[in-house]
Amino acid sequence: MTVVLEVADVRGGYGGADILNGTDLKLDEGEIVVIIGPNGAGKSTLMKAVFGLATIRSGSVSFFGRTITGMRADQVAKLGMSYVPQERNVFASLTVNENLEMGAYLRDDDFGPQIERIYELFPPLKERRRQQAGTLSGGERQMLAMGRALMLDPKLLLLDEPTAALSPRYAAETFERIREINALGITILMVEQNARQALEHADRGVVLVMGANRFEAPGPELLANREVAEMYLGG
Amino acid sequence: MTDLLQLLVFGIVFGSILTLGAIGVSLIFGILRFAHFAHGDMMTVGAYFALIFVAQIGWPIYMALPAAMIGAALLAILIDQSVYRRLRRTAPVILLISSFGMALLLRAAVQLIWGTDNQVYQPGINVPYVVFDIRIKPDHLVIVGASVILVFAFHLFLKMTRMGKAMRAMSDNVDLARVSGIDSERVVIWTWVIGGALAAAAGVLLALDTRLNPQLGWNVLLPVFAATIVGGIGRVYGAIAGGMFIGIATELSTAVILPAYKPAVAFTLMVLVLILRPRGLVRGMN
Amino acid sequence: MELGGVIEYGLFFLSFVGIYALLSLGLNLQWGLTGQFNIGIAGFFAVGAYTSAILTTAPSPHHLGGFGMPLVVGLIFAMVLAGLVAVLVGLLTVRLRTDYLAIATIGIAEIIRLMLKNEEWLTNGVRGIPGIPRPFAETLGAGTLGQSDAVFLLVVVALILIVYLALEAARRSPWGRVLRAIRENEDGVRAAGKHIERFRLEAFVVGSMIMGLGGALFAHFVGFISPEAFTPEFATFLVWVMLIAGGSGNNKGAVLGALIIWLVWTGTEFLTSMAPPEYVTQAGALRLLMIGILVQVILLVRPDGLLPEETAERK
Ligand SMILES: Nc1ncnc2c1ncn2[C@@H]1O[C@H](COP(=O)(O)OP(=O)(O)OP(=O)(O)O)[C@@H](O)[C@H]1O
Ligand SMILES: [Mg+2]
Repeated sequence: MTVVLEVADVRGGYGGADILNGTDLKLDEGEIVVIIGPNGAGKSTLMKAVFGLATIRSGSVSFFGRTITGMRADQVAKLGMSYVPQERNVFASLTVNENLEMGAYLRDDDFGPQIERIYELFPPLKERRRQQAGTLSGGERQMLAMGRALMLDPKLLLLDEPTAALSPRYAAETFERIREINALGITILMVEQNARQALEHADRGVVLVMGANRFEAPGPELLANREVAEMYLGG
Repeated sequence: MTDLLQLLVFGIVFGSILTLGAIGVSLIFGILRFAHFAHGDMMTVGAYFALIFVAQIGWPIYMALPAAMIGAALLAILIDQSVYRRLRRTAPVILLISSFGMALLLRAAVQLIWGTDNQVYQPGINVPYVVFDIRIKPDHLVIVGASVILVFAFHLFLKMTRMGKAMRAMSDNVDLARVSGIDSERVVIWTWVIGGALAAAAGVLLALDTRLNPQLGWNVLLPVFAATIVGGIGRVYGAIAGGMFIGIATELSTAVILPAYKPAVAFTLMVLVLILRPRGLVRGMN
Repeated sequence: MELGGVIEYGLFFLSFVGIYALLSLGLNLQWGLTGQFNIGIAGFFAVGAYTSAILTTAPSPHHLGGFGMPLVVGLIFAMVLAGLVAVLVGLLTVRLRTDYLAIATIGIAEIIRLMLKNEEWLTNGVRGIPGIPRPFAETLGAGTLGQSDAVFLLVVVALILIVYLALEAARRSPWGRVLRAIRENEDGVRAAGKHIERFRLEAFVVGSMIMGLGGALFAHFVGFISPEAFTPEFATFLVWVMLIAGGSGNNKGAVLGALIIWLVWTGTEFLTSMAPPEYVTQAGALRLLMIGILVQVILLVRPDGLLPEETAERK
C-alpha cells in the first residue's frame, strides 16, 4: 500500500521551546486518520509543521516518499496537499466565490466545473456565492473552508477540528461530507475534539499528548481502550 | 460661498492626489504590515522621472506620466529586493526604520541629481476656466481625471484579476493565502509595482499642481498617512474616502487657518480619528 | 593646523558628540528599553532649545522674552516643557500600535517646526534667536573661545554622566525590568496585572525630557538657533543611526554610537570637501546619501549594533 504521509520523530514549534517532542505518524492511501488529545497537546502545531507553517527543528516529513521537511506552504500545496486551519480558515473580506477561486490559485486550467462540484457538495454556499465570507454562519464557514481546500483536487486533506463550534446535527452532517470526500479517493488526516464521533468514522486514531504520540490504534479499538476512554474521551 | 466652493475645488484636487498616495501606503501596510515612510519621497522620485521625459525627450505629460510610473515601480522593486526583502524576516518595525532611512536616501539622491531649485514641467500660465466665479485650471481637470482613471483601473485590478484577488486574500490572512498556494513573494513584488506606480502618479500630479522640488513628497507624507489612517490602515478602499476627506478638510481649513498649517490640520483630524474610531471611518472590506 | 587649533576643534567635536549622546540616551530609554518608536526627536529637541533660549537671552523685541534668567532655569524648563509635550503625545498614543506612534511623533515634530517658522511673536520665525549665552559666561567674562568650549564640554560631560548613571540605575531597577518585559511580551505583562500604559508613558516622557535637555545644551553651545536646525534629517535621523549603530538597549552603546556616527558624519564632510567644486552646493545631500546607505548596511549586516543589549536572562 502506498504511504501518503510519513512524519518521523519531528521536534519543533514556534522558535521557543519545542511543542512537538518526537511525533511520528504514517498515513496510507485512502485512510481517514483522527488525531485526538488534550488542549495544547500540539495537534494544530503538528499540522502546521507538516504544512511548513511551524518550524521543524529535527525529524522529517515526507509526502508520497518525497521529503518536504520545512518546505514553504505554497510549495506544499503545489504537491497536492490541502489544509483547513482550525481558526481564521476563510478569507473574511472576499466573497464566497472568490474564496473558492483562491483555493484554485495554483490551477491554470478552467476550474469552473470544480467550483460547481463544490456547490453541489455544499448547496448553501451556492446561494451565498456573492456574499462576503465574513458574513457566513459558523457552519457555512466550515463548508467554505473545506470547499476552498478541495479546489485543487488534493491527494491529502488536513482538517483541524472541522466540527468545532458546530451543533451536533451539523457535526454529524460534516462527518458525512468527510466520508464522501474520502470516497473520492482523498486521504484524510483530521484533528477532532468530538473524539467519539470522529473515531467512529475513522480507520485509525492517534492520541497525541505533550507533542508525542501516546496511543495509536484502529478507531474501534481506541474507543474500547479503557485508559484512553477515561483520559481523553471524557469517560 | 464662492470662496468655500473654490476651496472645495482645491480640496478635490488635493484629495485626488492624496488618494493615490494613500492607496499605496494602505496596500503596503496590508501586505507587509509596516508603515512605509519612504512613500512621500517615492512620490518625489516619480515626479522627477516624469521631468526627464518631459524636459529631455519632449514628451507631453500624459505620456510622461505612465513612463514615470513604470520607472518608479522598477525602483520600488529594486529597493524591496535589495533592502526590505532581507529585513522582512525580522520585526516589521525594523522595516519602519529602514524605510525612514530610505526616505532620506531618496531625497538626498534627488537633490544630487536634480538640484534644489523649484522646477516646472511646462513654463507658462495655466489659464483657468471661470465657472460661476470659481476658477478651475485645466491642470486641475487633468489631475482629477487622471486620478479617477487610475483609481478605477486599480479597482478593476483588485476585483477582476487573479493577482488582485491574491493581494486582497494575502492582506486578509497571510497564512491562509500561503496555504492556498499563493506565492507571497510574487504578491509582494506586485504590491511594490502598484504602490510605486501610484506614488509616482501622485507625485507627478502634485508637481503639476505646484512645483517640483526635493521636498515635494515629504511635505505631503503626513496628509497621506492621515488619509490612510482615516480610511482604516490596510483597507485600500478606505484610502479613497480618506484621501478625499483629508484633501477637502485641509483646503477648507485655510479659510480660517494659515495655509502653512495644512499638515497640522491633517494630523489633527488623523489623531481625532485614531482616538474616536481606531479602525478608521469606513467600515468594510480590506 | 597648530596645536591650539587642534584642541579647539577637538573640544568643538566632543561637545557635539555629547549633545547627540544625550539625544541617543533619551531615545534608548524609549526605543531600546521600551520599544516605543519615536521619530519626532527633532520636536522635543527643538522645544528644549527654544525654551531655554527664550528664558535665558536678553530681552528682545523680535521674539517672546527673553527673560535673562540663569542657565539652570533654562535647562530645567527645557526639560519640563519637552516633558509636557511628551505627556500630550503619549496620552494620545500609548494605547496605539507602533506604527501609529511613529506617525504621531513625526506629525508633532512637523507641527512644532511649522510653528517655529510661522509664529514670529514667539520664535522670530526663520530669522531665529541669536545671543544665547554659554554656561558660566558671566563668571568667565570674555575669555578666549577655547576656554568657554572647555567649560561647556565639562558641563555636558557632567550632565551625560548624571543621565547615564540614572538610566543605568533605572534599567536595572524593577521599573526597567517591567519596561523590557512590556517590549518583549506585552500581553504577558498585562496578564500579570501591570498597568502597561503608565509604564510606557513614563518612559516616553522621561526620554523626551532628556532630549529636551540635549536641545537646550545645543542652543547654548551654538548660540543661535533657527528652524533649520531642527529638520528630521539632523535632529532625528542621525540620532537613530547612532543608537542602532551603537546598539539599542545598551546605554554604553548609545554613547558609543553618538561618538562613532558623529565621527563618520564629520568624516563625510571631509570627503565631500574634496569633491569637485561643482558639487560643493550638493555636499549636504551627498553626506545624507552616505549616511542613508550606512544605516541600511548596519541594519542588514549588524542589526544589533556594536554593543548589543546585555540580556539578563542569558546570565
Ligand atoms: N503561533 C504560536 N506561537 C507560539 N506558540 C504557539 C503558537 N500557536 C500555539 N502555540 C502554543 O503551542 C502549544 C500547542 O498549541 P496547539 O495549537 O498545537 O495545541 P492543540 O493541541 O491544537 O490545542 P487545541 O485543542 O486547543 O486546539 C500551546 O501551548 C500554544 O500556546
Ligand atoms: Mg488546535
